[in-house]
Amino acid sequence: MHYDNHNRRGKASLFSVFPTRKKLMKKMILSTLLLLLTQATYADLKLFVCEPEWAALATELGGDNIQVSSATNALQDPHYIQARPSLISKMGRADLIVCSGAQLEIGWLPMLLRKANNPDVLPGTPGFLEASNYVKRLDITLDSDRSQGDVHPQGNPHIQTNPHNILLVAGAMTERLVQLDTANADSYQQNLSSFRERWTIAITNWEKRASVLRGKRVIPHHKSWRYLEDWLGLIEVATLEPVSGIPPTASHLASLLDRFGDKGADFIIRAPFQSEKPSDWLSERTGIPAVLLPLTVGGTHEASDLFKWFDDIINRLLTAGDV
Amino acid sequence: MRTMALGVLWVCLISSATPVLAQTESEIDALRAELAQMRADYELRIAQLEQRLDEAEEKAAGQQAVSPQSDYQPASQSDQWQPEPYVGQMTNSGNNTSNPAIGVIFQGQAWSYSDDPDDYQIPGFPLGGEAGPLPEGLALGETEINISGNVDDKFTAWLTVPIAIEDGEVVVELEEAWVETMTMPGGLSLRMGRFYSNIGYLNDKHAHSWDFADLPLPYEAFLGGQYIDDGLQLRWLAPTDFYLELGAEVARGAKYPAGGAANSGVGSYALHLRSGGDVGFSNSWQAGISYLQADADDRESGSEDDPLVFTGQTDLWIAEFVWKWAPNGNSKQRNFIFQTEYIWRNEDGRYTVPGASALPYDTDQQGWYLQAVYQPFPQWRIGLRYDRLSSDDPGQAFDGTPLMPSSHDPYRYSLMADWSNSEFSRLRLQYTHDEAGFDDDNQWGLQYIFSIGAHGAHSF
Repeated sequence: MHYDNHNRRGKASLFSVFPTRKKLMKKMILSTLLLLLTQATYADLKLFVCEPEWAALATELGGDNIQVSSATNALQDPHYIQARPSLISKMGRADLIVCSGAQLEIGWLPMLLRKANNPDVLPGTPGFLEASNYVKRLDITLDSDRSQGDVHPQGNPHIQTNPHNILLVAGAMTERLVQLDTANADSYQQNLSSFRERWTIAITNWEKRASVLRGKRVIPHHKSWRYLEDWLGLIEVATLEPVSGIPPTASHLASLLDRFGDKGADFIIRAPFQSEKPSDWLSERTGIPAVLLPLTVGGTHEASDLFKWFDDIINRLLTAGDV
Repeated sequence: MRTMALGVLWVCLISSATPVLAQTESEIDALRAELAQMRADYELRIAQLEQRLDEAEEKAAGQQAVSPQSDYQPASQSDQWQPEPYVGQMTNSGNNTSNPAIGVIFQGQAWSYSDDPDDYQIPGFPLGGEAGPLPEGLALGETEINISGNVDDKFTAWLTVPIAIEDGEVVVELEEAWVETMTMPGGLSLRMGRFYSNIGYLNDKHAHSWDFADLPLPYEAFLGGQYIDDGLQLRWLAPTDFYLELGAEVARGAKYPAGGAANSGVGSYALHLRSGGDVGFSNSWQAGISYLQADADDRESGSEDDPLVFTGQTDLWIAEFVWKWAPNGNSKQRNFIFQTEYIWRNEDGRYTVPGASALPYDTDQQGWYLQAVYQPFPQWRIGLRYDRLSSDDPGQAFDGTPLMPSSHDPYRYSLMADWSNSEFSRLRLQYTHDEAGFDDDNQWGLQYIFSIGAHGAHSF
């Protein structure tokens, strides 16, 4: 007590020798430093995720114990965003990074990692979670060649469109949360149990509702829906892109019109960030319904959380297919 | 599910029993007994199955992972969360699918000039380093080989070896060869080796990522193209919500605007401060200021045969600002980039002009450029650039020498259009009207840039 008093008095006398302006300056500097320090030692676990679905999942699992920021939103193509300054600073302060991986983010994530100077989130550390490592990836090609487009030799990275994969990643994410924040381990485990229970019931409902879609033939804009197709038994008969990553061309669309002009497919599918022109063009001429599907949480007005996102995917397919 | 299984069993039993219903009563009795026995057997087996299922469920719950109750069976996948990643499909999100990652960038061009590019010079701004017009006619640009990879858990390395044709000779250069720390604490990283200095916005950008085929005038005039040297670079990322990066470099001072590795091979210092952020989802910006101090010891510039020789000190300040816009940040469809830099330079020392003795020289010069590039739809972009220089009068002693600026400020404007089939290919047409040289010059250029193999992520 005595020591405290002495200390306070000492500080006050020190300040009083400075003219007012210097005093203000010093206060400003001190408060800035304090702000920096408190920011750096803030208790919440900071998550940097590459795609919105992982932000939504992290919120389910982490609740109030975490802060999440997503590098992309649902209206952006996660292949092509800029390694923006704001992302560098966020990554620099992150405790855990969660990305789909399988080279989906190869155009920007390595640059962010290099610039962020954060050893806690480098690939190979507990602070780096590559979601697609925890699911069975489809379309792994050992002899990838860019003449087939910008293919991902490590498999199709859009793993989120199968809800079973979400459950697998939930397990992996919880393990990391527990590992990095043991104090809240119980909370994370409880959240996982609760989520798993609700998600499992939801999956059963989705599968029941979507059973009529089995065997439907789809033409997606890009190979973004491989896991949805695998889950619901949809058959991908073509893509609007001539090869992966190359925008649809007039000649390729004309060839699709030739092939599917007699309603040889049931749906043309695109994500919100893909141009509507190619799918509308083909839809008008073939009568095949063009469907906009949310590729992640927030992709449509209705897809406002993880559950409503899959509700919306199935609703939109059922509505468009009139089944 | 259990009820279903029972039902199926009963259907099987009944259908297997049907043919015998017409048989004699004793046979029927025997069958009834048999049936009862079978039923008991099946009930036992079902009970056993139920028990096994319960056990499995308990076990799964113990591992905090439960199979959802559905008939979903994707190819050889279970919903059981694997504590280890699937073997054989592990990746990291880096670009080294093979270790090290190797990529080659092919560049070529064709330029046409109304004046002879061999005679090109900007009065008052003798060009040094790699600066100067691209060769006239069909020509190969630099073929750039990039090799990179992590050294171990703490270091990563990068090598850029361009193969160029200079005066008909094939020249292999060492453009970049650096090693960088990955795990320094406190937001720090240290790069060592030969690297592009981090001053300015364009200085550390590889030629294949420029938005025009050539560099703006201030880079040509003040940095000899781009400043690359051998040394150390320390970067610090502030632990703040907004982006703030500080960097300091020390280098040998062997390359323009330094020269001769002065001060026993510690000839240049550089600092940079950079910040940036987002405005909504659609806009992001970056701004920075950098400083370079370079000592020149018998540094040559101007004509290769009769060079000007400078010994002294260069002080250089660069202010940079970049604004990028894309609707919802989805730049693949449509985007716009505005970019500008301002460079101020003072050179203080002695210039030796061919055929004369060394003269004291202390002159301030400035240069700036503005450029805008717009992608109206995927694959196509158009751009406009204006660049300009100005110089103080170096004094009467320099009358009639290449160091005396002309009566009007040198300037250029350029228009470009490019088409990219994918992010690995680009074809470009550029027109430049040049009023920087002795005479007005109309320059037309075609350029290609192709990339195979590993292609590193681009910075903002």
